[in-house]
Parts: sequence; C-alpha cells; structure tokens
Amino acid sequence: MSRDLNCKTRMPEQDPKERVKNFSEVALGYTAEDAVAEARRCLQCKTAPCRQGCPVEVDIPAFIKLIAEGRPAEAAASIKKVNSLPAVCGRVCPQEGQCEKFCVRGKKGEPVAIGRLERYAADYARVCGSGYCDVPPPAADAPRVAVIGAGPAGLTAAGDLVRMGYRVTVFEALHTPGGVLMYGIPEFRLPKAVVQEEIDALRQMGVEFVVNAVIGRLFTVDELLTKEGYSAVFIGTGAGLPHFMGIPGENYNGVYSANEFLTRCNLMKAYRFPDYRTPIRVGRRVAVIGGGNVAMDAARTALRLGAEHVYIVYRRTEAEMPARQEELHHAKEEGVDFRLLTAPVEVIGTSDGWVAGLKCIRMELGEPDASGRRRPLEVPGSEYELPVETVVVAIGQGPNPLVQASTPGLKTNAKGNIIADPETGATSKPGVFAGGDIVTGAATVILAMGAGKKAAAAIDRYLKEKARQ
Amino acid sequence: MYKIIRKEELAPSVKLFEVEAPLIARKARPGQFVILRIAEEGERIPLTIADFDREKGSIVLIFQEVGATTRQLGQLNAGDGIQDLVGPLGRPTHIERFGTVVCIGGGIGIAPVYPIARGMKEAGNTVISIIGARTEGLLIYEREMAAVSDELLVATDDGSRGLKGFVTDALRQVVDRGTKIDLVVAIGPVIMMKNVAEATRPLGIHTVVSLNPIMVDGTGMCGGCRVAVGNEIKFACVDGPEFDAHLVDFKGLIARQRMYLPQEKIALEHEEHRGGACRCQGT
Repeated sequence: MSRDLNCKTRMPEQDPKERVKNFSEVALGYTAEDAVAEARRCLQCKTAPCRQGCPVEVDIPAFIKLIAEGRPAEAAASIKKVNSLPAVCGRVCPQEGQCEKFCVRGKKGEPVAIGRLERYAADYARVCGSGYCDVPPPAADAPRVAVIGAGPAGLTAAGDLVRMGYRVTVFEALHTPGGVLMYGIPEFRLPKAVVQEEIDALRQMGVEFVVNAVIGRLFTVDELLTKEGYSAVFIGTGAGLPHFMGIPGENYNGVYSANEFLTRCNLMKAYRFPDYRTPIRVGRRVAVIGGGNVAMDAARTALRLGAEHVYIVYRRTEAEMPARQEELHHAKEEGVDFRLLTAPVEVIGTSDGWVAGLKCIRMELGEPDASGRRRPLEVPGSEYELPVETVVVAIGQGPNPLVQASTPGLKTNAKGNIIADPETGATSKPGVFAGGDIVTGAATVILAMGAGKKAAAAIDRYLKEKARQ
Repeated sequence: MYKIIRKEELAPSVKLFEVEAPLIARKARPGQFVILRIAEEGERIPLTIADFDREKGSIVLIFQEVGATTRQLGQLNAGDGIQDLVGPLGRPTHIERFGTVVCIGGGIGIAPVYPIARGMKEAGNTVISIIGARTEGLLIYEREMAAVSDELLVATDDGSRGLKGFVTDALRQVVDRGTKIDLVVAIGPVIMMKNVAEATRPLGIHTVVSLNPIMVDGTGMCGGCRVAVGNEIKFACVDGPEFDAHLVDFKGLIARQRMYLPQEKIALEHEEHRGGACRCQGT
C-alpha cells in the first residue's frame, strides 16, 4: 500500500481501555522505520518557515534531514546545541500552534510531524547515550550565574549559559529539579525518567543543582549577588500559586487544587501508595473544573487512580478550551464526561466536612469579553448537582510571591508577575533577569524555554559588557 | 543528606533531633518551620523549628510519633541522615516589646513555643508561660521554658504535675488575679488552640496561634494547607503559620486534619510490617 504523503506517519499509542489502568506513557514513539518515512515527508524548504514557530530556534530541517539519512544521534546532537530538553519538547510542545503551524506540507494536508521526530531523535540519543553533551566544562574562574527555579525556563537558561562557559548554579525549592515537568505533567504524558535524564545531561555539562533551596528564605537575591559571589541571577520561579474559585464549600475535604492533586501523584508518586508514603484520596466520582491542559491531566490522572466517573466542568464551549486538541482527544477517548457551558456554583458537603457534590449552573455565550472569547452568562434557574466525592480546581495559577517579596527594587505588575523585557528578560534590578510563567503568567513549557534562552543570551551580553568596564 | 547529630527521647514517643543544617540555622527565626522527607519514598512533613544554633550550624526538631512517617523518623539515630530538609519556611513570629506576653504550649506544641518565649523575653517583655500535657511523663521542656519565662505555670489533665486541668484553666488564673495581658501566643493541638481563642475572645486579648495543617511543598504551590481566616482563604505555609486566633476557622481546620485518616492507618500498618522485618534482622 502506498503511503499518503499528505498525512503524518501514525504514532502508536496504548489502547484507551488499557491505558486508563496504568501510568505508563500513552504515546509510544516512532520506530526507526516510521521516523525515516516521516522525515522524508519534509520538503527541506530553503526558507524553513517552520523555524519561525520555534521559540528556541531549533534548526528543524537540518535535524530532520539527519533522521532521513538514518543518523538519529547526530540529529539529536544538532537539536541539543540549542535546546537542552528535546525529549521533553518532543512530547509536550503544542507543535500545532508552533513549528508545525508554518510547515508548507500543512497547506495541503497534515504538516510534518516535527514534534514526533524530535522525540524520536532525543529518545534514540538518550537510550544510546551518544552525541549528547560534549561541551567542555566551564573554567574554574568563569563568572558565576545563579538560576532560581529548575523548571523549563531555568533549565534552558542553565543549559545555554553553561555552553557559553559560565559556572551555573540552579536553586530548586523542591527536592528534585524539573519544576512543572516533575510535579505537574503526569507520568503517562511525560515519563519522569525522561526528565531526569535531561537534567542529568545538564549536570554532566557542569550545571550545579542545589535542591531544597527556597530563595527568599535560604538566600535572598541580593545575597546571591553579593556575598554568594554570583554575577547575575535568572529568576524562573513559575506560576506556583493555585487559584481557587471563591465559591462556598471550597475548603471541604476532597477539594484539591490541580497543583496539589498532580504534585501528590507525580512528584510524590501517590499512585504507588503505600510503598510511597504520600496519600491521595480519589472518590468514585470526580469533577475537574477548568478547560486547560492541567484540567485534562487531572481528569486523566483521576481515572488512573481508580475513579469510575470523571467530569470536566467548563463554562465555555470546546472551541474556547485552552487545552491542546491532542489532550482533549485523549481525555475523550478515555471516557472523561465533558460538561461544557457549565459553571460551578457551590461545593456541597456532608455535615462532617466531606465533599458530596458539586452544584453547577448552565451557561450560554454572550458578547466577546476582554480576552476576545464570548463571555459565558448564567442561565437563570438552571442549577443542577453533580454527585461527586472529589473536586479538582484547575482554573489557573498565579505567580509565587516568595522571591519578589524578598527582593527590594524588583518591580512587579498588579498580578504580582515580575516585569521583564520580553526580548532580554532584564528586570528593574541590574544583573537580575526573569522569564517564563513568573513573568507571563501560566503559559507553556516551550514559551518558558524561549524566555530562558533569550535571558541567557542577554546575561552573556550583560556580563561581557560588565567585564569591559 | 542532613545528618542527625543528637537524639534524645523527651517523653515516651516524643523525640528530639539536633540536625546539621548550617544554611537553615543561619536564617531560622522563631515561628518558622522546615519540611522534611526521610528518604526517596517518603512523604513531605512540616515540623516547627524548636531551636537553632547559628554557630554550630544546627537546628532542633521535636516530634511525636503519631503516624507512619514520624514513627519511621523516630527509628533514626544520631549519625543517620535525613534525605531532604527545606527551610526556614513560613513567616517568623512578630516579636517586639508588647508588655506582658503569655506563651502557651500544649503537648508537643511546647517545643515550638519555646523559641518564641525566648524571643519575647529578649525583646523586653514580661513572659508568663503556661505549659500543659496529659500527664507529667509527657511534659517536655519544663526547665527550658522556666529559664526564659518570668513565671511558668504547669497544667496536667490528671494533676500529676502542676495544676490539674487544662492550659486554659491556668490562663484563667492569670486573668482572674488581674494581670494585664497584652498578647497570648498559643501552640498545641487544634482543640487546645481553639479553646484558648474562645477564652481570650471575650476579654479582647490579642491572640496568635501557629497552625500545622497538612502540607506538601511548603512554598505556596499546592494550597493543601489552606485555612479560612476571617473571610479570606490563607495558605498556612506562606501566609502563616501564625494567624489571629480570633479569625481562624477552627472547625474547618479540625475537619481538614482528618482528610487522610484511613490512608494513615494503611501506611502505619505498612510501616509496622516493615519495622517488624527490621527488628527480626537485628536479633
């Protein structure tokens, strides 16, 4: 059978009926044969329009060409020169809105599966341990840069800075580096071993990691810049402050923020309780409130933890959902019950403080609001109750205030996000740069990585300028 | 790894660890806490910093073996290491010269109230301390508390030491004799803190309690430690752990402490099984 060149080469996946019973990865990755076939779909456009969609400027046609030629290790090395986390990006980047959006093949059919190819090359190199981090270690007297937060922005900045020859220390508040890649995104979408290997590769390149270090408490930014001997600081502390809805009953037992629900499961491995000691409680029926990727992750995690019925409660329609199509599709395949145009009004509780249900109201769409999306309006008298024992609130996160509160002279906006130049990450404080969710509010892994990359370049310019003075 | 350099048993199932943690010791202030994880499979639990020695680079943690994790912790000895220790977390106690401060510690809560009493004394306050426990054998830190207080009152439920009754009964005595109290700081079981709050509310005495709810990260990321204070939702880890006792929703707090009771039972059985195996190997 001849292949239809208008379509992406399929990537095998675990069967939905099976995968809801385990935490293993859903998407299984390309074989060598699949990868070469897909790589050959690339037209190798001279202008490489795909590259404009990549916030970290991967040379996409170049690595795809190497895969087509059967040289995946070299393909990985070529990506790794500019992207410290290819195995992560190949899995969780929303390629449909980035590189693949600009692919010429996409005009007539499906774009080249750039993400799947990136994943293939990165996984090949991870397994073979080849071509990965052949960078000389930084000189013993090189300037030191402190990175606060070991999430996507911080890891990217650290990787780029160490390649430029700086001595880099990454401070992480939790007991393991990775940030949202470790605590937020579930194992079945991004195996933690994959993240760990990307971090280990950075460590091999000379990046120093200090875990259990809450900056703002253990050291302040000013201390890092003075007595601790760092010449510059990058802040990538992310969107680590969960929003709640402010509806009655939100403090009942059984109401989780998505952050807590996912952290217990992913970082603390509550799905392996009691071998792992962190408990998690999931009722027979679960309502997840929100329509983003985090909501999808929470809903699919709840199913895997044994919930029989999982609702997604979202106040607009599918068209307005911020979740990736792929995540939405996976959630539907797994049997998540979508209650769209539905808003929560109140968490119903038992007399001793446990969740017994979620009172909802139906919505309809009115005129567009400030975000350009049609504003959802309540339909009077349409309240009804979903019988659930667990409620997960996945309506977004704000900036964690610990660093800002302890850093005089660091300007923030009304929401508490650090104000930084979008092109350089420079903040109001000399020598201090910031990027990722702490600046933009909750966004994607790849945008945070792009910000980390720009900031690393700006820190390099800043330090060179400073050395000349 | 954070090395345990001293271990003491203060009372049956109440243990003290002095742990090597120079960076934390350098920054620790009364009222703050740490989160620890014993080993890779462990959960993260908050413990208040009972004391710190900046020169020696160590902190003191006091805990009661109540669940699987604290029981496992209690098995460790001097020379052993704790895998993860993060802190100092939370806002320090607001210490200034208030006048007369009553520091109340109940049970294991005496440990965290100790550095606060000391700080209040150093700030020039008249410190009246009240400590209580179920019975004399469970009373900890009596000597230490006496050393930093102008007056120390002791209460035990069974009357085996000091006044027979609760810390609130001792507080009543202080009030009744006409002492003007400017501030009460109370740390102990939630029900004790609630009762202290109810005792001082009608008297209009400003009262601060330190909450120790279930936490995961301790940096404001998960919201598991949320508690209603006045009409607001606060996170004990970053907004607290100390709050105005007259505004805290104790009923909600008590309910939330029960969140994982069935799981705690399972974990404890699991731990006992594990511990049993260890003991067998030892004999």
